[in-house]
Amino acid sequence: MENGFSSPRNDSFPAGLRVLVVDDDPTWLKILEKMLKRCSYEVTTCGLARDALNLLRERKGGYDIVISDVFMPDMDGFKLLEHVGLEMDLPVIMMSVDGETSRVMKGVQHGACDYLLKPIRMKELRNIWQHVFRKKIHEVRDIEILEGIESFQMTRNGSDQYEDGHFLCGEDLTLIKKRKDIESKHDEKDNGDNTSAKKARVVWSVELHQKFVKAVNQIGFDTTSLSCFYRAMTSNVCLAEVGPKKILDLMNVPRLTRENVASHLQKYRLYLSRLQKGNDFNNPVGMIKQSDSPLSDSAGSFGSQNSINLQPTDVSNGCYGFSVSSLVLHNVDPRSHDGDRKILVTTPVAEPKRGLTVDAPNPRKPRISQMEFGHPLAPHFNDGFSHLPMPGQKQLTRADYPQPARAISSAPSLTEREIGCPVKIKPSRNDYGSNASHVNSTANAVDSIPLQTKTNSTNHHVSSTSSMENQGLNMNCLTDVESSRKNINLGMPPFAPLDEDLQVRFVPGDYYMNLGLQNIEVPEYFDPSLLTDVPIHLNDGLRFDYEFYDPTEYSLIDQSLFI
Amino acid sequence: MERNQLRRQVALTRQSLFDQGFLDEQFIQLEELQDDANPNFVEEVVSLHYRDSARLISNIEKALEKNPLDFNKLDGYMHQFKGSSSSIGAKKVKAECTLFREYCKAGNGEG
Repeated sequence: MENGFSSPRNDSFPAGLRVLVVDDDPTWLKILEKMLKRCSYEVTTCGLARDALNLLRERKGGYDIVISDVFMPDMDGFKLLEHVGLEMDLPVIMMSVDGETSRVMKGVQHGACDYLLKPIRMKELRNIWQHVFRKKIHEVRDIEILEGIESFQMTRNGSDQYEDGHFLCGEDLTLIKKRKDIESKHDEKDNGDNTSAKKARVVWSVELHQKFVKAVNQIGFDTTSLSCFYRAMTSNVCLAEVGPKKILDLMNVPRLTRENVASHLQKYRLYLSRLQKGNDFNNPVGMIKQSDSPLSDSAGSFGSQNSINLQPTDVSNGCYGFSVSSLVLHNVDPRSHDGDRKILVTTPVAEPKRGLTVDAPNPRKPRISQMEFGHPLAPHFNDGFSHLPMPGQKQLTRADYPQPARAISSAPSLTEREIGCPVKIKPSRNDYGSNASHVNSTANAVDSIPLQTKTNSTNHHVSSTSSMENQGLNMNCLTDVESSRKNINLGMPPFAPLDEDLQVRFVPGDYYMNLGLQNIEVPEYFDPSLLTDVPIHLNDGLRFDYEFYDPTEYSLIDQSLFI
Repeated sequence: MERNQLRRQVALTRQSLFDQGFLDEQFIQLEELQDDANPNFVEEVVSLHYRDSARLISNIEKALEKNPLDFNKLDGYMHQFKGSSSSIGAKKVKAECTLFREYCKAGNGEG
């Protein structure tokens, strides 16, 4: 079948597992070889770590698992472990006579799948296939994401094989394709071969998100079921209610998998709940200026939010609610951008703690976000932070400008919605087109505006950046917003020059800016400390986003967020 | 006849080794690995081990002769030896190794 068959892969998992044993002691090599052969594995022994690495490199995919001793003369076992993990991503098992906790911990830290104590017994070796299998499963998941359901199904097939014992080689197996949930190694390998990237990330573009929202609405998802959300959020159970499967079907996107939809849905929910909260807030956070003009436009449309017009003053205000702006951005984006607009929230990285409270935009954003989801939550956002633009907003709208625009430290009352911020989020709408470029451009523009995202306001958690990323962070945003409000110097602290730093790469795939809360200070996301401020849920959101994160684009965010 | 006698002797010796704590269950594992396809497996392993150990022991001797004693190196050797002996189930040897290592750690040359 797919490439996997070229190598004598395990046809009948776990039998036929290809093991590479590395140990400087020949006695052990012999013993292990014998034992592994007893388990019906294919064994290759190696006395030197260097040789082992060469072997692995020569035949990529020629081995399924590596067993290595810790103490070796030429190379430290841990180093070998790292190499293997990095280059070939194979499961590695360490072994040693020494079973001290510190050693074992070190092994695990370096990425070992398991740590065996010598003398090794047969039964211990019998189970090593589980590590291979586990990895396969994870690979498959990634593959699925990449290829969608198809590949997934393909993989299913192999699983039965091993149950039956020795079976035909994977080829036959794969042909059979039993739709089982167990991904057999074979399949996975094949898939793995097909998919170069192990972890495929689904990028929730605006369009995709819009589809999603439509589907969700069709199903009857509504905010009233927020209780559901909360429950779901807390227990992560509710997702099933709305039926990611249904959504998936409705969306009819080939490469999307149920898992993708499910997690996206979760974020969306979080976002909505945030919005709810935000509505309550409605505080005229002076800080958060809502660049509402542009937003207003978008308000109508989804993305129109781009106009995160950060009031000029705001911009100056440290309060850079990037997130807010970003939110706005993305909200707005839907309209403006078609592609994945990742809201590059250019968080004024330069500024340490930019409390960017994107005041102004916020109001907008929430609205917009709502729009996206079809829930017109927004209108009231203008006043308050109206919840972070729904997490759903995920629109990849890059809120590039977020920052500058956001500078919303908006002293000017948010109520205005319109944030005079000079930073107008750059025509976010328009700009969105070129996400990245926008961001930069916006950022630059922002820079011009003394966005000093105030470090004063930095109080606001940098979370904004993070928030942006985590759509789910919306919740956080809310909190952030609140706090940011306080911090936000209404005096419009100049945004910290948004320099490039600002780019808050919101990348989180979808939600950028859901952080909606204006106060979402777009914390320099690079500032880990800021991140810590971010409520935990933000982190979660980050995680979510992370999945969908586009590494290339959001490297920044990555750094900052994931510290 | 003789074969049986020999067999018995072997069995007794073997048992005594276990009793005296020279061997432990690892040896049994090795025995289990032996089968028709590889009838002399245990023997092979043990001889392999002896060869390897001899080399190791000579290294250790050399290290011991040096003055001052290089405990780190000795410790390394001991670790190796311990691993080796555990492979065949040489319990006592392993225990001695552990003890040796303790001494090494303490810098106790006399031990």
